[in-house]
Amino acid sequence: MAHSVLIVEDEPNIALSLQFIMKRAGHVVRVAGDGDAALQAMAAAAPDVVLLDIMLPKRDGLSVCEAIRANAAWKGVKILVLSAKSRESDREKALGLGADDYLTKPYSTRDVCDRVNRMLGLEGGCGPSAGAV
Amino acid sequence: MQGGLVALVSVAYLGMLFAIASFGDRRAEQGRSLTNNPYIYALSIAVFCTSWTFYGSVGLAARSGLDFLPIYLGPTLVFVVWPVVWVKIIRICKVNRITSIADFISSRFGKSSRLGGLVALIAVIGTTPYISLQLKSVATSFEIITGTVGADGWGLGALGAFGLDTTFVIALALAVFSILFGTRHIDASEHHEGIVAAIAFESIVKLFAFLAVGFFVTFGIYDGFSDLFHKARDAGLQKLFTVSDGGGYADWVTMILLSMLAIICLPRQFYITAVENADENHLRKAVWLFPLYLLAINVFVLPIALGGHMAFGGTGNADMFVLTVPIHHGQETLALFAFIGGLSAATSMVIVAAIALSTMVCNNIVVPLLVNRRWVDLERQGDLTGLLLTIRRTAIVGVLILGYGYYRFASGSYSLVTIGLVSFAAAAQFAPAIIGGIFWKGASLKGAMTGLALGAAMWAYTLLLPSFAQSGWLPIRFLDYGPFGIEFLRPYALFGMEGFGTLSHALFWSMLVNIGAFVIVSLLDRQSTIERIQGALFVDVFEHTEDLRDERFWRGSATVGALRDLTGRFVGEDRATTAFQSFALAQGRELAPDSAADSRWLDLAEKMLSGAVGSATARVMIGSVVKGGIVRLDEMYKILDETSQAIRYSRMLETKSRELEDTTQQLQSANERLKELDSLKDDFLNTISHELRTPLTSIRAFSEILTDTPDIESGQRTHFLDVIRTESERLTRLIDQVLDLAKLEAGQMEWSVEAVDPCPSVKGAVAAMDALIRERKVAVILDVPKSLPKVRADRDQLMQVMINLLSNAVKFCRNPNGEVRIEADVRDGFLSISVTDNGDGIPPEHRDGVFEKFHQFNRGSDRMPRGTGLGLAICRHIVTYLGGDIRVGDNPKGSGARFTFTLPTA
Repeated sequence: MAHSVLIVEDEPNIALSLQFIMKRAGHVVRVAGDGDAALQAMAAAAPDVVLLDIMLPKRDGLSVCEAIRANAAWKGVKILVLSAKSRESDREKALGLGADDYLTKPYSTRDVCDRVNRMLGLEGGCGPSAGAV
Repeated sequence: MQGGLVALVSVAYLGMLFAIASFGDRRAEQGRSLTNNPYIYALSIAVFCTSWTFYGSVGLAARSGLDFLPIYLGPTLVFVVWPVVWVKIIRICKVNRITSIADFISSRFGKSSRLGGLVALIAVIGTTPYISLQLKSVATSFEIITGTVGADGWGLGALGAFGLDTTFVIALALAVFSILFGTRHIDASEHHEGIVAAIAFESIVKLFAFLAVGFFVTFGIYDGFSDLFHKARDAGLQKLFTVSDGGGYADWVTMILLSMLAIICLPRQFYITAVENADENHLRKAVWLFPLYLLAINVFVLPIALGGHMAFGGTGNADMFVLTVPIHHGQETLALFAFIGGLSAATSMVIVAAIALSTMVCNNIVVPLLVNRRWVDLERQGDLTGLLLTIRRTAIVGVLILGYGYYRFASGSYSLVTIGLVSFAAAAQFAPAIIGGIFWKGASLKGAMTGLALGAAMWAYTLLLPSFAQSGWLPIRFLDYGPFGIEFLRPYALFGMEGFGTLSHALFWSMLVNIGAFVIVSLLDRQSTIERIQGALFVDVFEHTEDLRDERFWRGSATVGALRDLTGRFVGEDRATTAFQSFALAQGRELAPDSAADSRWLDLAEKMLSGAVGSATARVMIGSVVKGGIVRLDEMYKILDETSQAIRYSRMLETKSRELEDTTQQLQSANERLKELDSLKDDFLNTISHELRTPLTSIRAFSEILTDTPDIESGQRTHFLDVIRTESERLTRLIDQVLDLAKLEAGQMEWSVEAVDPCPSVKGAVAAMDALIRERKVAVILDVPKSLPKVRADRDQLMQVMINLLSNAVKFCRNPNGEVRIEADVRDGFLSISVTDNGDGIPPEHRDGVFEKFHQFNRGSDRMPRGTGLGLAICRHIVTYLGGDIRVGDNPKGSGARFTFTLPTA
């Protein structure tokens, strides 16, 4: 059964790379370029996982995170923050607002994949084989 | 007339006076004051009219007509026109418990006992001729009325057997009378109500006596005024109806001025008007009652003089017409009444003068000497009231003997008026110190001392010594040829000044040196603090209340008992005890002799003592019992100075601490600025870090994808590799720009500024961007004139600016159908180049911010790699450095942004 992943990222190349690995891992992927678009996508259909950038146009990632956690309907949605903000305080802030995990850019795509799978309770790696399932 | 009868009547009259005085005193003690009314007060001021007026005026009128008048016009002027001077003096006397004119002047000038002594001395010397005038008139009138010259008949003539002449006997009698009247109490500033009552009575007697004679002459001998004056004109006396010839008017002015000063400065006038004043309000009536009195007593002067002239055909002693005319017409009773009138005029003057002078001699000469030389031991117990009384009584006798001496040895050849004017001129010497003292705070002790001393010396030289010379006690050559034959110093023509009357001459010189020295020395002198304080108390007397006085000048400790005992020794034990007890009672407590006396007690004691011995001496005495001593005013002021210095110092500290606060604040704000800068730097680093991490993320991600996905289709592989390459380029560009910006901001950029042709730079920039332009299919329109003036710029940096603007324009213009227009223009010595795109433009709220580093906002919707966010910041730095400016606006031909920068032409 395919899981759905919402990628919230304003950098097109980063979004492209994330899209590629999530698809490869067998997930259904949607991409939002800013905070507002992210919440619209959420409203349209709640994903299983949100890959969330922090520095976004219009509405930043922390605000999006807060909005998601404020809605009981989205209780089960997992949030993985992917941010260029490298300070421990940024990480704590995000986790404090209800994010489930936090990775600092530049991250390893394998790491991203592992964590998403772990969140989804999936076994196994993220290799191209997974995408073939 | 029989001498015995005259003597008897005289003694009876004096006895009656004494009774009146006693009655007045008793009434005062019972609290039903006889003299506390304006009429008595005005009559007492009429002590101004002495034998001089009673006898002398007629004599003067008989000699030179109306010349007797100015002596009364002056006082009239003062009372009518200038009563404020009296109001002020009276207030000062009351506030300061002034006992005499010497006390007044010394008190004004810092309670100086030396000045007080000088004033007292001058007053005694100056008054002596005046007293002799009274003695002379009484003696002469007595001789005339008894029909004797020398020892004849019964009574006083018998005294001649004991080697005593009439005048001496009269002097002694007046001395005794004055002693009986004036030295019964010791508190001199307590009013002598009995005396005032007696003086007022005497004023009535002399007025009526004179009027009686006047009536008799005018209506008894002649048929009224017009008849009298007609007959006088027929007798060739009309010159007496007018002011005398020659220096007449000049002398008039002199006399008016002199008498104006005299009415204020004569010791007895000062005493009776100011010291004996019971109520300031009485002055309101006195200002017209006293002039009215003067008018009344002068109405018949001329008629009597004319009557005398016509009766004696120009012979006889005109000074005695008041007496001789009635006798001539057989009116012995009237003559006796006139004699009593003359006696009353003389006695009133002598009594008041003697009391005033004895008070001065005692308080301002003898007691200060005794105290300063420690001839009186203040520590020793004992009642000193007896000593004070003895001093005063001796002084009275002394003053009368002096008067007698002057009469005997100097006044023989002078008329009454001439003698009186000598005294007037002496009294006038006090005027600068008194009038200057109450209106001019700057008047100083040294000024007053110098002025008084010089003025008095000049008076003695030009008036007193000549009178001795005239009487043969000095060689008469002294007058005509000057001392030692130095004509320049002739006393009647000093420094060659001739043509004035002797009086005008003397007054001119004495007042000139007096006022001159007073003013000049005062201006040059620095007043001591006590002078300043006293000066302010006198000049501003209407603003100061009594309470303010001296409160703070005493420090140290004395017991109330000690003060009471000290005071008691001078004013009497009972009186002191009563005063102290009632003072304690007024404060609602028992009199506790062992308790420490505070300033109020000291003040009470000082005031009581001031009344008895004068303010200067009282001060010294209080100081002697206050253990710890008097805080001298200088010391007080030193303390004040120190305090004000401390205040200044603390103000300085305040200023310093305020400055410190300011500095702290500046430091704080600098610190905050630093923190701000630090956080800006932090932000900058964070932003840089973010900007670096973003391309790195893509590069790493795609590298991993390519590694982990060996079977990736080749189109994707190419795309991903392309992304890696562009992101690497972006990274490189970012690093370059960060370094550039850092250099620009730190001012470490290397510039080679020269005259640059802008065209190649513009074209070069377009060429450099060719790849991007092609990729985006943007139409670049170069709308630049063929030749542009050279600009002052750095070639590479100019290129950099163009590239940054052009790349932005290309990136953000419409897609597709993008169009970028480059234009150039020269205006006012500046070349301006604009780059216009046809994209979405920049909303106004972002226009200020676009030139800040890392300022990015979402422009356009297409997903293209972002810029570094540093390009425009770098452009601004470069353009600003080159002396131009850069701004952003709208595309004038539709949507889009237009960036314009200027550069100065070379």
